[in-house]
Amino acid sequence: MTNMNLYSRGDKMFVILNMVLIALFTLSTLYPFIYIASLSMSTGFEARAGNVILTPVGFTLEAYKQVLSEPQFWNSYKNTFIYTIGGTLMSLAFIIPGAYALSRPQLYGRRFWNLMVAFTMWFHAGMIPFFLNMRDLGLLDSYFGIIIGFAVNGFNIILLRNFFEGIPQSFEEAARMDGANEFQVLWKVYLPLSKPAIATVALFCVVSRWNGFFWAMVLLQDDSKIPLQVYLRKVIADLSDDEEFATSLLNAAYSFETVSAAIIVCSIIPILLIYPFLQKYFSKGILLGGVKE
Amino acid sequence: MSGPVEKAGTSSAEMAVAAQGRVLAPKRSKLDRLVGHLRREWQLYVMLLPTIIWLLVFLYKPMYGLQIAFKDYSVFRGIANSPWIGFEHFETLFGNEQFLRALKNTIYISMLSLVFGFPMPILLALMFNEILNQWFKKTAQTIVYLPHFISSVIIAGIVITAFSPSAGIVNTVLGWFGYDSVYFLTKPEWFRPIFVGTSIWQEAGFQSIVYLAAIAGVSPTLYESAVVDGASRWQMMWKITIPSIMPTIIIMLIIRIGNMLEVSFEMIILLYQPATYQTADVVNTFIYRQGIQGGQYDLAGAAGLFNAVVAFVLVMTANTISKRYSRTSLW
Repeated sequence: MTNMNLYSRGDKMFVILNMVLIALFTLSTLYPFIYIASLSMSTGFEARAGNVILTPVGFTLEAYKQVLSEPQFWNSYKNTFIYTIGGTLMSLAFIIPGAYALSRPQLYGRRFWNLMVAFTMWFHAGMIPFFLNMRDLGLLDSYFGIIIGFAVNGFNIILLRNFFEGIPQSFEEAARMDGANEFQVLWKVYLPLSKPAIATVALFCVVSRWNGFFWAMVLLQDDSKIPLQVYLRKVIADLSDDEEFATSLLNAAYSFETVSAAIIVCSIIPILLIYPFLQKYFSKGILLGGVKE
Repeated sequence: MSGPVEKAGTSSAEMAVAAQGRVLAPKRSKLDRLVGHLRREWQLYVMLLPTIIWLLVFLYKPMYGLQIAFKDYSVFRGIANSPWIGFEHFETLFGNEQFLRALKNTIYISMLSLVFGFPMPILLALMFNEILNQWFKKTAQTIVYLPHFISSVIIAGIVITAFSPSAGIVNTVLGWFGYDSVYFLTKPEWFRPIFVGTSIWQEAGFQSIVYLAAIAGVSPTLYESAVVDGASRWQMMWKITIPSIMPTIIIMLIIRIGNMLEVSFEMIILLYQPATYQTADVVNTFIYRQGIQGGQYDLAGAAGLFNAVVAFVLVMTANTISKRYSRTSLW
């Protein structure tokens, strides 16, 4: 298979055409990011005039100065970190012990509990009852509401439970002989063996928290508590609606295009930093997850 | 569901004790056994409890709250004390042009995503499989998976910027060819192509992982004997690779149809405007505007219930079909 000489001329054409098409698709994926990055480093005037194509025109970091000097930007950045770290830890605190218990064969009513988890993946009450419930629980406009309200996710529990079930019982026998209880077995035997699966679940949580936008927008009215995504949405919506602002900036070093591009770049950077881990664990995760009941 | 509880997982010493207990007291009642089981295994239930309570409070309690779909809900009376009005909200909905439009748009947009979005990851996976240069393959994969991890707000921000009438790259390029600038995001006829194109751009690469895994599972001996027979790569793709991954393709198709109603409305909320509602408004965005923004919780709740029930039926049907097809459940 690996020997190029085995291929006929038709094969070579096929291989080359294929590479060109993949390269085109890859570039079309990459280009919007390059475009936004270049826009964020161009002057407002050039951006407005539509002169930015590939590289920054009239290089300036004025848009970044605008973004970084805005206290609300830092505040929502901080909030995003609180929701991401707090939310992920909260999720793991629920999911790890829960999935472990569901994986134990001696659990009474195991089928029932598992069905109770799986059912939430098939049927969801929907937006309005969920919202009214959060309101009735007094969890509107609160950090805690966002962190606890989305802590558990059926898919993640099932993914981790499947992984725990795949660990042979023989691994825990030594610990059992030493009189370890369930908590100790989970902590000392299962957790060290499940690092990749737990990393996968943790990264699922991190990404959904970091990117979470809809419920943060709906549940948080107080600007001091909104995460970065909601802030970004507000900036884009406000600036593009504000004709006065737009025209007043015609000759400025920055414009609403360059400012929103700069915020986009700032909020992508953390995802890019953890991207090598994401790529490694996510593909394992989707293959582990949707397989069996 | 009951069965012998003192089976696997407990130490052999405990098992011996349990066995002995059974011999000495053969008529232990069910309750006694349960108490004994809980005394031994209480820790498992302590571990399970937080998750179960969470599910009850945050997911099952709202299901109880779905009754507002059949009630004249008032904030002051609360869900339980509001009067029942039967199917009035559903009658209102199905006489409401906006709701019917949203329903039609939901189906239309999911159809478009299915027809154009479903084949893309398969095509990509087949193409990635034909690449021999590992460095090139890895780099390309790394890049095309990336948009999956980017939030919808950012993707929408990129789309809004790129399609902007004054500064956007799309209009700049159109300008080169002498076209006038178009404010795409205010044009109803452009909304669906932009939305579907964006979701394909964002997800096709990542979705190809499933098919790549299926291709990796194809037995190499099939290819080896094909090479001996002088088959070309094109023939091997059609005669070996595609038939081998057909079960995966069919299962993914069934899942996809099962999730038809799950149009990513977050992205629609970010991209649509009143000018494009006629083609862009889907059931979930309708619910959001009527309920969360407009405060008509009962009517929006009825639309949500309708959506949830149809989605549930679709998903369960899809699961049953795929179980029969592959003899493995999806979950």
